[in-house]
Amino acid sequence: MKSERSREPLWREEFSIFQADERYVSRRQLTKFLTLTSLAMFAGNFWILVKSWIRAGVSYPVRTVAQAEEIPVGGVKLFEYPGPQDQCILLRPSENSYVAYSQKCTHLSCAVFYSAQNRRLECPCHQGYFSIEDGSVLQGPPTRPLPRVILERRGAELVAIRVQESPEGR
Amino acid sequence: MRQPNSTPTRRLTAIDGAMALIVLLLIVQMWLLSATLDAYLAGHTEVVLPGALISGACFLGCGALYLFVVRLETA
Repeated sequence: MKSERSREPLWREEFSIFQADERYVSRRQLTKFLTLTSLAMFAGNFWILVKSWIRAGVSYPVRTVAQAEEIPVGGVKLFEYPGPQDQCILLRPSENSYVAYSQKCTHLSCAVFYSAQNRRLECPCHQGYFSIEDGSVLQGPPTRPLPRVILERRGAELVAIRVQESPEGR
Repeated sequence: MRQPNSTPTRRLTAIDGAMALIVLLLIVQMWLLSATLDAYLAGHTEVVLPGALISGACFLGCGALYLFVVRLETA
């Protein structure tokens, strides 16, 4: 234990640096903070990279989502794909055409619905509209298209085989 | 040992310059992060690796500038 004599004076404890050095210390501390922020930005980018690698290894289940004749022309059916939390919407815009998209709006994840009158998918939250041809944005705040569920017709069954995040060639 | 031409004013100017560069690199990194995230969510995964590499290079630049500031301070 230090004796009273060897202890530093009170002023030295409370003012541990000279006034002239203060500007260096404050700059160094700010620079350190900025460098740590830069590290956090890099960590964010690296996290996206890891997520991308993980997603690349994901295989989608092949699953029957509907019977072709159970949906009338202009009708819809809701289903979950690829997981139980992933709501999707299946449309039959014409006699021989079936398309399916994720039901989550790419803006703020509200559920989109099919407007048969306007022949488009509409998000009621912020009036984002999507094309039923390829899921692309027609109007509104969303900037990304709806992920498309790729379907295959096997006899009377409609089978989901994978999810396409963006239309081909975009 | 302090250099004869390394006056406190000059050192402070050099430190301020380094800090300005760090701020510039940070702005680039912020833009890069938001652009990469947007592209990733849109399914364009081909930009993710270059984004991470450039962000890493920016971080290394910031680290080098931080060491430069520390070295100047203790010079």
